[in-house]
Amino acid sequence: MTHTETHITDYRVYGWVLFALLVLTTITITVTWIDLSALTVLVALMIASVKSFIVLKYFMHLKFESRLFTVFVVMVLSIYLLVIGLTFFDYLLR
Amino acid sequence: MAETITHSYLENTGRYKGIMAWLTTTDHKRIGLMYMYAMMVFFIVGALLGELMRLELFRPGQQFMNAQTYNGIFTIHGIIMIFTVVIPGLAAVFGNFAMPMQIGAHDVAFPRLNLFSWYLFILGAAIALSSQFMGNGPPDTGWTFYAPYSTQTHTNVVAAVFGAFILGFSSILTGLNFIVTIHRLRAPGMTFFRMPLFPWSLYATAWIQVLATPIVGITLLMVIAERWLRIGFFDPSLGGDPILYQHLFWIYSHPAVYIMILPAMGVITEIIPTFAQRRVFGYKAIALSSIAIALVGYFVWAHHMYTSGMSMTARWVFSLLTFLVAVPSAIKVFNWITTMYKGSISVKPPFLYALGFIFLFMIGGLTGLSLGSLATDVHVHDTAYVVAHFHYIIFGGVGFAFFAALHYWYPKMYGRMYNFKRANIAFGFLFVGFNLLYFPQFVLGIMGMPRRYFDYLPQFTLGHQISAVGGLILLIGIIIMIANLFSKKGAKAPDNPWGGSTLEWTISSPPSQENFDELPVVTGEPYDYK
Amino acid sequence: MEIHRDDIGARLGMWLFIFTEILLFGGLFLVYAVMRHRYSVEFHQAAHQLNAFIGTVNTVVLLLSSATVAMSITAVQRGEKRKGVLLLFITLLCAGVFLFNKYLEWGHKISIGLYPGSDMMIGLKHGYILFFSLYFFMTGLHMLHLVVGSIILTIVMLKIQTGSINPGKYTLLENGGLYWHLVDLIWIFLFPLLYLIT
Repeated sequence: MTHTETHITDYRVYGWVLFALLVLTTITITVTWIDLSALTVLVALMIASVKSFIVLKYFMHLKFESRLFTVFVVMVLSIYLLVIGLTFFDYLLR
Repeated sequence: MAETITHSYLENTGRYKGIMAWLTTTDHKRIGLMYMYAMMVFFIVGALLGELMRLELFRPGQQFMNAQTYNGIFTIHGIIMIFTVVIPGLAAVFGNFAMPMQIGAHDVAFPRLNLFSWYLFILGAAIALSSQFMGNGPPDTGWTFYAPYSTQTHTNVVAAVFGAFILGFSSILTGLNFIVTIHRLRAPGMTFFRMPLFPWSLYATAWIQVLATPIVGITLLMVIAERWLRIGFFDPSLGGDPILYQHLFWIYSHPAVYIMILPAMGVITEIIPTFAQRRVFGYKAIALSSIAIALVGYFVWAHHMYTSGMSMTARWVFSLLTFLVAVPSAIKVFNWITTMYKGSISVKPPFLYALGFIFLFMIGGLTGLSLGSLATDVHVHDTAYVVAHFHYIIFGGVGFAFFAALHYWYPKMYGRMYNFKRANIAFGFLFVGFNLLYFPQFVLGIMGMPRRYFDYLPQFTLGHQISAVGGLILLIGIIIMIANLFSKKGAKAPDNPWGGSTLEWTISSPPSQENFDELPVVTGEPYDYK
Repeated sequence: MEIHRDDIGARLGMWLFIFTEILLFGGLFLVYAVMRHRYSVEFHQAAHQLNAFIGTVNTVVLLLSSATVAMSITAVQRGEKRKGVLLLFITLLCAGVFLFNKYLEWGHKISIGLYPGSDMMIGLKHGYILFFSLYFFMTGLHMLHLVVGSIILTIVMLKIQTGSINPGKYTLLENGGLYWHLVDLIWIFLFPLLYLIT
């Protein structure tokens, strides 16, 4: 039960990941200059989600872990989103 | 293998002796017992406080305490019973003691973290209890700490809230430990569907502990911030929303009910097949219903808030979801009953307590449905009916399951038997006392007796008096039970006194420090009675 | 019994802990969502008060620090001890820059009397009070995590130096790294929600 399938990621992969994250940061800042009114929050959250997807997958090694870890992450996030959704059954419809 | 001298886990072989050997232990069995001793003290204090309230209510008007003292007592009664007794409850005591043995492991995944959880538990309890003796008097908010009152009262709310926060952290770490243990340390050959059902229920419980507790943690921190810094999250005069507090509080505290009851159901599922000597009926249904309860239980919180001013849509949505969560609970009850059918039942004390559980839990569960439905809830909201309902679940359910588990694993814990006759007498007192104490409160609630009231109208007197007498009988039952178990050593217990089929009965009573000299290899399903 | 070692179990434990942290902040994000829904105009206006430039610098700094932590795992796996220590040192440096920027940012706000409980704050419109309350509470809690993460990574760095974290045994580094990425993840959401949506 020790490291049997150790995966060593090349430095360059992390370099590219960092680059992608910086690009997305630039996009998210640029987008705020354009007035999208109601969509602004949505766009910002979507870009943030893409960024966190990349962080989870590469920096946090979900890509190389057993599938179980990914299942857990998806489950936790879905539960959390459902809780927010249910709360807004109250706030949106009050 | 060469001859090995195995020591029982109760003997001290390490560096320390006496109490220090216990306080520095990382043995899951000892930690389980340490939780149990601490909890017993809290439980007795909480029970006495409860009976004090009943005696105060013996007649209308003031008897021997004033209204503010009464408010303080129902608050600390709730804090002690909920946060230090029933939430850690069966998971911390019997989960720690029995679960690693049931899955064929030497210990939990992180033994030192396990001990750390126990210290956090003690620390949190100490901080919560310190609220009684420091600051501007005991908190008077009720255990729910509803804002904005909790952010404005001059009583010592911060200590109680911070104590609850630490206790939550302890609970999270126990849950984390159990999930990793169940994933990583099952004996060779024990697949998830060959695992006994008590570990299954603990697994579901542990996920709730990990995923729900942080929400109340941050909520309690927000209450503290609001008191200290006048941050207005919940205070309407600063733009906050008190209903938001209720949402956040119940997002944790409703799943917390399942943290309490799921391990209780798990214990009952161990006891019934053992004493009926029959394979458990619908193994997979019981296992998966634990998961279903945990999952759906996460989405029903707002049924505590029907009268708070939520949107109408939210009310019926949550009512619908609440009815859904009743389904897996009912599945379990049907499966227990069916397991007993045509079994060769021997009514020993653990089984008796388990039967008590089923009876009381069904009353609690069915009255829960009337609270889950919108129209009836509005009528009995915040009345004694609610008090009766959740005591049937928490005491009648979790409490009786705790006693059942204690009588079930006692021989394994101490290597000794106890007096069956006295255990049965204690059960009689507990069962009669319990129903006398709480059943009248259903009636009082429907008649209109509000909960948490210090005084009442004369027509409620009889109900309150029956309750108070029931409480005394219940206390006598508790004393008989504890005296029977802990006053003198019984006869030596065999390894498998009940004819159980799970792994903890294959090893000596009391177990050795490592539980198993060699890890067992599991080849079949649990509950393999002919 | 031989000492049982289970790296996957240790990482699973760390992930579960990260879930609790996500939900801890999740509670705050829920409050943010509700309050933003109630006071959307005021939240827009109040966000102008935050210094988006400092926010951007801190975002870049945190992303860089995350990358260096990830790279240090590669370094340790390959047995490149000095590189591993150096990469973690860069991470800690980034943490220092982040904290210094926060000091400038908070210091400015506090100097003009804008902090929770101040008379000025209490006099503001409700939406403003809640925005700034959330700003201080969320970034404060995030900063606390950053400080804890820095302490953990300092210990990890010293352990790489002494060799007790080595190519055969580096779970502590992996778990410290996971914690650090969590700090980054939360900032990825805090930054646009607090600084950018103006």
